[in-house]
Amino acid sequence: MLLKELTEAFGPTGFEDEIRAVVRRELDAMGLSVRTDVLGNVIASTGEHHPGPRVMLDAHMDEVGLMVTHIGEGRDEAGLLRFRPLGGVDPRVLVSKPVYVGERRLPGVIGAKPVHLQEPGEREKPIPLEKLYIDIGARDADDARRHVKPGDPVVFATAYEELPRRMAKAKSFDDRVGCYILLEAIRRWKTPLPVFAAFTVQEEIGLRGAHAAAYQIQPDIAIALEGTVAHDVVDTPSHGQSTVVGRGPAITVQDGQTVADRRFAEFLWETAKARNIPVQWRRVKGGTNDFGAIHRVGKGVVGGAISVPVRYIHAPTQLVSLDDVQHAIDLVIAVLDEIAKGGFRP
Amino acid sequence: MSKYAGVFKQLLEAHGGPGFEEDVRNLILPHLSEYASEIWSDAVGNLIGLIPGNGEGRRPRVLVSAHIDEIALVVTRIESGGFLRLAQAGGFDPRTLVGQEVVVHTEGGRLFGVIGAKPPHLTPAAERSKAAKLEDLYVDLALPEDEVRARVRVGDRVTLRRSPLELLNGRIAGKSVDNRASAAVLLEALALLKGMVHEADLYAVFTVQEEVGLRGARTAGFGLVPDIAIAVDVTFGAFPGQAPDESFPLEGGVAISFGPNLHRRVFRRLVDCAERHRIPYQIELSQRPVGADANAFQIAGPGLAAALIGPPIRYMHTSVETVAYDDIWQCARLLAHYVAEVDAAQVEELTCY
Repeated sequence: MLLKELTEAFGPTGFEDEIRAVVRRELDAMGLSVRTDVLGNVIASTGEHHPGPRVMLDAHMDEVGLMVTHIGEGRDEAGLLRFRPLGGVDPRVLVSKPVYVGERRLPGVIGAKPVHLQEPGEREKPIPLEKLYIDIGARDADDARRHVKPGDPVVFATAYEELPRRMAKAKSFDDRVGCYILLEAIRRWKTPLPVFAAFTVQEEIGLRGAHAAAYQIQPDIAIALEGTVAHDVVDTPSHGQSTVVGRGPAITVQDGQTVADRRFAEFLWETAKARNIPVQWRRVKGGTNDFGAIHRVGKGVVGGAISVPVRYIHAPTQLVSLDDVQHAIDLVIAVLDEIAKGGFRP
Repeated sequence: MSKYAGVFKQLLEAHGGPGFEEDVRNLILPHLSEYASEIWSDAVGNLIGLIPGNGEGRRPRVLVSAHIDEIALVVTRIESGGFLRLAQAGGFDPRTLVGQEVVVHTEGGRLFGVIGAKPPHLTPAAERSKAAKLEDLYVDLALPEDEVRARVRVGDRVTLRRSPLELLNGRIAGKSVDNRASAAVLLEALALLKGMVHEADLYAVFTVQEEVGLRGARTAGFGLVPDIAIAVDVTFGAFPGQAPDESFPLEGGVAISFGPNLHRRVFRRLVDCAERHRIPYQIELSQRPVGADANAFQIAGPGLAAALIGPPIRYMHTSVETVAYDDIWQCARLLAHYVAEVDAAQVEELTCY
């Protein structure tokens, strides 16, 4: 199953080799023209010489992860690995979780001092990053060095599983769900229009890949396909929820890097409504996606984002609604159809 | 060598918190049946197997125990939206629960859940310096509220959901290593003992409700009144930030406990036995009654000669508790050799002060 393979693929920011291979394999199988650029972005195109606006569809391949920074020496730290986050990871979600170190997926765990041995008051504060280690079972530093080196990337060891009521859990729905939507949309879409599918790198450390990809493509219209924040849970007021899982893909009004082109946002909304595809507005200002970079490349690009709500984004176990994913695919195809028909002129 | 490494992993996947240990019990039962002439459960749910010794007259009676319950949580409230609030059934550090996958045990079967973790995008800086409190955490079943209300009841139990991971050097990480590691010790020891001649009648007891107050051990000790009762339970593996006398290296061998509530002669025999059989061991010193079944054994019925041994584990009471299988194996060797060497004279000695 492709979504399972995509979410379980290894690819923290800057180390996207394995996920890139999966994406390339899928694109090659569709017979598209595919290339990889100097940063590691994968760009596929179809209908490049057709008339009509050049449309860039974007999904980032990278995921948040960790990097091994030091191999512990001495009696206490012998063979334990120190690490730092690659991308935005709250250290509080790391405690008591399994990880894979390196593409060979060496299993490790991030543990914590037993509750029995804690000082009074210790539980009032989060465990700081300096007191967290990855334990691969090494006996000492030399033993660890045989398997790991500083700089090795680390991902959460979470299996993709489908849950009842069309829900699924996995790591890295941000943004493998976007990769999935993009692959499935381009697989199904047949109408002639110059469409460029960009699978970018390093979104999680500042939309790095998208800058270069957009420059190369020079699109007239761009749409980022993203897994976005949903915090529609108990104790969260409506204004803090951002999006609601199961209510369809979300359209951004404003985020940390973009103020939506009102015309385009309305176009997305109306296109969805006309086809009975459920949609919702993304209701927080923070965060962003690749469109934040794309829209200011060159002379500027019109467009926006279609986002799938993800609960517990950037944590080891994330939740999505597979209906939302399906609706996002349908919406992307509908939007391409409308653009091809001249329904939106940049 | 080890016969039960595979069974150990099955034990780690089984779910059984205090008071609902039946799945673990059922998993152990066929293996215990290979060695025991009689098997029964007592009123609280302890699983007991008798392995008779050889010899005429009154044979020494030795009890060895491993508790099979794991720390758990209980549903206290179903909130709007179908999110579940929790209370402790065993000692979790709530900080280790954030973002954790769990299993909710309902009348109609098991449900997947995940304990919510607020995304960093929505978390103000001031909030990041605060630790999670249990009352603020919730289980998300990824189900609509009406379905949650139809399937879940207040009082339903919740356990961690974690497949075991094999680390380097035969080290295994998972949930409920505390104390399924010791259940594996007992099974390995029974297999070893099968090839030995022993005078003592051995009661292998898989106890319940240790994590909420050593309750199974109390009734097992009282019900069986053995001459010697040895609890097998995990201790603290060495880890940065722990005191050196509360840190026992993994692959450092059996931790043998010494302290006021443990019988000195049994302790000395255990150490002597380890020395003679070249079984690696380390001594754990307690100044108070130990936090394990041996605490209850000492004052069960007329009072018992209690002892405590066990493998060290890292990250106790988390979902990634880590043990070296070699330590399980060494514990089993010590237990088997010790039981094989117990004789009537040693039992006589226990009251010679």
